[in-house]
Amino acid sequence: MRCRRCENPGAINMRQHKLSLCTEHFPEWFLEQTQRSIKKYRMFTHAERVLVAVSGGKDSLALWDVLLRLGYHADGVYIDLGIDRGSSYSARSKDKAAAFASQHPAARLTVVDIPQLYGESIPQVAQRRHRPQRPCSICGLIKRHEMNRVALEGGYDVLATGHNLDDEAATLFGNVLHWQVDYLRHQFPVLPADGQGLARKVKPFCRFYERETAAYTLIRGIDYIEDECPYAVGATSLAHKETLNRMEHDSPGAKMHFYTNFLKAKETGLFAAEETAPELHPCPQCGQPTSAPDLCNFCRLWERTLNAH
Amino acid sequence: MHIVYRDKEWFVDQELTVNQMLKYLKLLPENVLVVRNGQLIAEDQKLQPGDEVKIVSVISGG
Ligand code: SF4
Ligand SMILES: [Zn+2]
Ligand SMILES: [Zn+2]
Repeated sequence: MRCRRCENPGAINMRQHKLSLCTEHFPEWFLEQTQRSIKKYRMFTHAERVLVAVSGGKDSLALWDVLLRLGYHADGVYIDLGIDRGSSYSARSKDKAAAFASQHPAARLTVVDIPQLYGESIPQVAQRRHRPQRPCSICGLIKRHEMNRVALEGGYDVLATGHNLDDEAATLFGNVLHWQVDYLRHQFPVLPADGQGLARKVKPFCRFYERETAAYTLIRGIDYIEDECPYAVGATSLAHKETLNRMEHDSPGAKMHFYTNFLKAKETGLFAAEETAPELHPCPQCGQPTSAPDLCNFCRLWERTLNAH
Repeated sequence: MHIVYRDKEWFVDQELTVNQMLKYLKLLPENVLVVRNGQLIAEDQKLQPGDEVKIVSVISGG
């Protein structure tokens, strides 16, 4: 198949869009589409400062690259989780993030070293909290808290993550399987700032298939960490992605419609926010909003004496 | 041609399309990208016996 925009052979065929593009025109389309999503969901403007959550993986580095090429003021934050497990995962992914940053002198990378700041790596906290094999919920809590902290302390208007449509569709699939109505209420490409210490969060890649963000990084020659976090092995999100891709294979566009029609349904009021949202107050230690009665969940993680029974 | 996917490799000395190769390896085109001699190519393209082919998995967890 030829490229829709020129005579060259297509480098990627996107069956859900009936669109084939070459290595020259695909990145061009990719930038246009990102800009469209940013506009459509009113994520941010060129006057605002964006903080990109960079993991060293393909999606977040592609996002940083695209935002810079679109002329946005985009800096990065990398959270060093101290995960090794024989594969030096954190060290290697940090190198990828740092290498990208060094090629873009106008952009700044903030590195948050969790073991250095809080005295323990993610596996160590998980061990102490009796979850050595499944540190992901603790890890997620720490990442969210720290990204939000860096966004607020650095005066950023918005925190952007590289979640793609496959990520969002897999999350949606899991939430629907269990009818997690609360999660369904909160799943959207833009979560507004709450004015009490939660930064606005956006997902500019939410309409790209994972395959497309991978194609963009390949074509642009962006060096990313191909390996997974060792704790991602056997994650249900991976199984959901494979299920969705089998459906997509038999019926192109199935995955896209599953997600985008959910967004449309939400815009017309499905899973609207509850009128009585849980009451939030600032955590007495870190100041971030929490619904917990005293310290927020993040600060409680580090309260060793309390947890030692 | 020499085909690499994760830590596996294959040697094939006949012409075939990307789609045929993926079918043979039981891989869904939705889950991978195919790079021939350093260039990303679509599934309808033909692979030649001398080609260096890398299959990149695009699905990540977490
Ligand atoms: S897989 Fe789990 S432990 Fe690894 S980075 Fe993701 S959330 Fe953290
Ligand atoms: Zn073209
Ligand atoms: Zn706190």
